[in-house]
Amino acid sequence: MAPRIVQISTGALICSFVLLPLWAVWRQADGPTSLGPADWSALRFTILQAALSALLSTLSAVPLARALARAQFWGRAAVIRLMGAPFILPVIVAILGLIAVFGQNGWLNTGLRSLGFGSFSIYGLQGVLLAHVFFNLPLATRMILLGWATIPQERLRLGQSLDLRGFARFRLIEFPMLMTILPSAAAVIFVICLSSFTVALALGGGPKSTTLELAIYQAFRFDFDFAKAALLGLVQLGLSASAAVFALGFAWGHQLGIGLDRPIALGRHSTLQKYLDGVVIGVALLFLGLPLLLVLGNGLGSITSLPAAVWMAALRSVLIALGATALCMLLSLSLLSRGGEAIATLSITVSPLVLGTGLFLIASPYVNPFEISLWVTLCVNALMSLPFAVRILRPEMSQVDANFCWLSASLGLSRLGWWRWVVWPRLRRPFGFAAGLTAALSMGDLGVIALFGDAERATLPLKLYQLMGSYRMEQAAGCASLLLILSFGFFWVFDFLGRRNA
Amino acid sequence: MKYFTFAAGLFTASMTLAQTPIFTIYAPDYFASEWGPGPAIEAAFEESCSCDLQFKTGDVMSRIILEGERTEADAVIGLNTDITKKARETGLFAAHGQDNAQLTLPIEWSDEIFLPFNYGHTAFIYNTEKVANPPASFDALVNSGTDLSLVIQDPRSSISGLALVLWVKAVYGEQAEAVWQKLAPKILTVTKGWSESYGLFSDGEADMVLSYTTSPAYHIVAENDLTKKAAIFPEGHYFMVELAAKIASTDVPDLADAFLAFIMTDQFQNIIPEGNWSLPAALPKSQWPQAFQDLPLPEKVLFYSEEEAANLRKETIEEWRRALSK
Repeated sequence: MAPRIVQISTGALICSFVLLPLWAVWRQADGPTSLGPADWSALRFTILQAALSALLSTLSAVPLARALARAQFWGRAAVIRLMGAPFILPVIVAILGLIAVFGQNGWLNTGLRSLGFGSFSIYGLQGVLLAHVFFNLPLATRMILLGWATIPQERLRLGQSLDLRGFARFRLIEFPMLMTILPSAAAVIFVICLSSFTVALALGGGPKSTTLELAIYQAFRFDFDFAKAALLGLVQLGLSASAAVFALGFAWGHQLGIGLDRPIALGRHSTLQKYLDGVVIGVALLFLGLPLLLVLGNGLGSITSLPAAVWMAALRSVLIALGATALCMLLSLSLLSRGGEAIATLSITVSPLVLGTGLFLIASPYVNPFEISLWVTLCVNALMSLPFAVRILRPEMSQVDANFCWLSASLGLSRLGWWRWVVWPRLRRPFGFAAGLTAALSMGDLGVIALFGDAERATLPLKLYQLMGSYRMEQAAGCASLLLILSFGFFWVFDFLGRRNA
Repeated sequence: MKYFTFAAGLFTASMTLAQTPIFTIYAPDYFASEWGPGPAIEAAFEESCSCDLQFKTGDVMSRIILEGERTEADAVIGLNTDITKKARETGLFAAHGQDNAQLTLPIEWSDEIFLPFNYGHTAFIYNTEKVANPPASFDALVNSGTDLSLVIQDPRSSISGLALVLWVKAVYGEQAEAVWQKLAPKILTVTKGWSESYGLFSDGEADMVLSYTTSPAYHIVAENDLTKKAAIFPEGHYFMVELAAKIASTDVPDLADAFLAFIMTDQFQNIIPEGNWSLPAALPKSQWPQAFQDLPLPEKVLFYSEEEAANLRKETIEEWRRALSK
């Protein structure tokens, strides 16, 4: 654990970074405001889709993570690594990938039609949920998988010697672990989906699928109603905060005794279970991998013809991603506590649009916002990934604390020694995963750069939009492939470094 | 150290010599990117102005309103009439000082503040290989079967989406909501912005996409692809014009005036068609590139003044939302 003073000041820093922009937007308001009927229906739809997305993502992640935890097969490590990919895709790229599979002329419908079945429409609530599960299932799976790794081997052995099987083993050994992880995973996915906008609209099929974020966008862009934007931002903040409190209250994270830190083996399981595991993993791979492969294949041929400006933007995005990763990991290490987790969640609760505009308002009297736009992007990207990083690191950290604090105290280990010899060897696996996720997320985020940038400071996702905006769909596809390769490359390298010899 | 300088250079805009005055124009992102008209316009203007023209991109209107008197902009480009009322009310803009009579727009233009530099019309674009019998009129589109699928933009987040609801209002007036109800089953989906819609259309997901009458020109000129066409409706098409204006508080008023004068020159106007894939606002048709001269364009043009557009906006968006939410 980091010293208390560091924890408190990091928390305060994040709170102010999140709340000050909201206040700055509020200050621009020139009159009172209230929510209209359209806003209330947007609020209802936002909560509905976010709650269902969180529920579906976490529940379907349990069998997948369980299958991955016990299955032994060639390429298992690669499959687990792939589990980060959809989450880090830029939204527009993911939409086009999903449509290539599930759209009117996608693979699924072509197949259904040739078999004489009716077609499946992706447009509607089902499409929104499909996309959100596509994005978040891998994240939930990886978080749960890390949870399985924290179950002490001794407990599993005890279970075996007591001849616990099937449901009994699940209830007594795995369920308590899941209850410490699932509420927190669901809460963070709920919060991510709250601010969904492009996906919700494009796959939602129309204004039925309006989210609060769209209402905020409208308030900013056309109505110039800053009071309303701030009010809606506050509502979103309230929803996210409730989700965070719910998660903390529900996670009755009792631990069934400590272990000796040995690797996990879930014990024997039947041939039927092996087959079932294979099916679960296979379906998940198809669902997550196919859209990615189609996006990749669609643009691979155009990568070499991308102009120099795109490569410069790529380099700029790489540097931002590295900076954001360093900052995020530094911050997350000082937030590995219950309160820290709640504060970290705060950093994705404010609508990106409110955050960007607020920062712009705060900065503009002192500096030219254009000059610092890339630094702001870096900070926002770091904050954006903080909730995930903290959630990934904390289960392992509390396990380390529980298992080793007495031993370390009895050895009189110094703080440095504690980190070097006890914490780091155990934390580096989740650390690598969290760093990879942060870097990749940062690569793919359009972020505040779209609000205030200039042609010479464009990032790769912005270039992708510029190419699409000027009819260059083929080059945009190339740009998407490049983005996918870079994001995944980052993710893979960090994850690999974390897992190597770990 | 060299690498550090290189890295730092990536994070800072181009270095400028202290003596050259900087002339800042706020512009939409697509305008200033290397695939828009911005770079060519910048190069052409800098030949004569002995200044450093810098485009600052983003959401021009929101930023101007947020910054108010403090704005660093000397001029703005890329505003749209449907939202200029609010901009005018800020009092931040000065008269453009150009002769509106030189404009070659299909409508009368008498605005002293906002100067048009290019225009187009809303239109539904289709692929001739997929749609053999495109609707010949708006009525035909409204009454066509549901096998025709459309993708449009959301009027709450997109300027072209807003133009569409105003278009329907201009054609159908009181009937607009009923027309939207008839269109609803044909609308495959609604997207946040134009790019997502056009991306879906390009991937063959929808038969028709809401775009501009000038969109086919890109495919003809840049890709030699003649299969993308705009369906021209006799009821008329909504007119979309983009505007430039001078900021009253600019510290380089002469440069701003020179730039507005530059907009009216053939040199500027000639960059527009194949730079912005739209029609130049002050260039006779005989001087347009051939592909643009050959484009089918509507005979009837529908247009709401900024006052009318501002008054109709809430109502038309609400009609649209109600009809499509059912």
